[in-house]
Amino acid sequence: MVQADHSQLDLYLPREHEMKKLLLGFVLTVAAAIPPVWSDEPVTLHLKNHKFSPSVIKVKANKPSMITLYNDDDGADEFDSSSLKVERVVPGHDKANIRIRALAPGKYPFMGEFHSATAQGVVIAE
Amino acid sequence: MISALIIVFREVIEAGLIVGIVLAATTGVPGRGRAVLLGVIAGVLGACLVAAFAGEIANLFQGSGQELFNAAILFLAVVMLTWHNVWMASHGREMARELKAAGHQVKTGERTLTALSIVVGVAVLREGSEVVLFLYGIGAQGGTSAAAMVAGGGLGLAAGAVVSALMYFGLLTIPAGKLFQVTSGLITLLAAGMAAQAVIFLQNGGWLEFLTGTVWDTGWLIQDDSLTGRMLHTLIGYSQAPNGAQLVAYGATIAVILVLMRLVNAPRQKHGHA
Repeated sequence: MVQADHSQLDLYLPREHEMKKLLLGFVLTVAAAIPPVWSDEPVTLHLKNHKFSPSVIKVKANKPSMITLYNDDDGADEFDSSSLKVERVVPGHDKANIRIRALAPGKYPFMGEFHSATAQGVVIAE
Repeated sequence: MISALIIVFREVIEAGLIVGIVLAATTGVPGRGRAVLLGVIAGVLGACLVAAFAGEIANLFQGSGQELFNAAILFLAVVMLTWHNVWMASHGREMARELKAAGHQVKTGERTLTALSIVVGVAVLREGSEVVLFLYGIGAQGGTSAAAMVAGGGLGLAAGAVVSALMYFGLLTIPAGKLFQVTSGLITLLAAGMAAQAVIFLQNGGWLEFLTGTVWDTGWLIQDDSLTGRMLHTLIGYSQAPNGAQLVAYGATIAVILVLMRLVNAPRQKHGHA
């Protein structure tokens, strides 16, 4: 009875080394997948003195787009937008390519989360 | 100072709620304090490392390294949470029965503690790396404002810890017999929410291109940016405008966990009849 219990459990309960294999497999699968392909020209956005320029970005509606954000400040900031569903940390004096999904026409505000008092902007899809 | 308080509070709450659930879920398992503490310490160290190499990580995989990294550690947490729930489904009853038989449950409890320790580590690492980057930026600027910011950060940490403790002690008021049912339900939703968030990161990294349309929008009720929205996001994966792939990941995670929990229970009942 007890013996049977254990064999059943062994069937269904992953052991630690199996777990590691599973994770390794997952990482390798993802890494081996086709690299992302960017569509269209990226929009250039700068962050300086904790302000975005331009603070209004226009993109085509219903098409994916990309923003290349240059953080010209010394410290890191996080490009954060719940409506765009993006959270992306950009270290100081670095840049990041931020993918924007195909958007329905409308306004999508974003902010630099670490300096949200001044770092505000909006993506307009039209 | 206020901005530091808000940011630190927000991140601490997000990690703290998870720690609170983990602590409640491991009520009665010896050594859980040590496991959680190890998870927190590893998470803080990991957060510093991630913050230090933020630029390098981001530049991996053609600039989508950060998204891939976030998705991978979220999936790691989902696997660990699933494992814990399945383990509890098969051992929980025996554990409760043998709670007094010291020694035995130490051995059996260790496995799920490792999984949950990793979950705590991942939660602290994710939220902590943002705090580290934020505070580092403040420190780098120097000046008198830095001291005020650190004070704000300290207050945020304390406030976040209080809310997390309320969550934990609130859960403990649930009668012992029901506690594990409640915590396994909470952990299932926690895992589903993390899987949905991981899908967002994969979409942002350009790895997932399907079902990206918004399915519904409950922004009129609870905004993602509000404190309620953020707490619900952490606890049950709330999203004001979820897309199709997010919902599929959410539903699939719940389904997989429930099926696995049922499977580990079912064979024994059959053997009982045979």
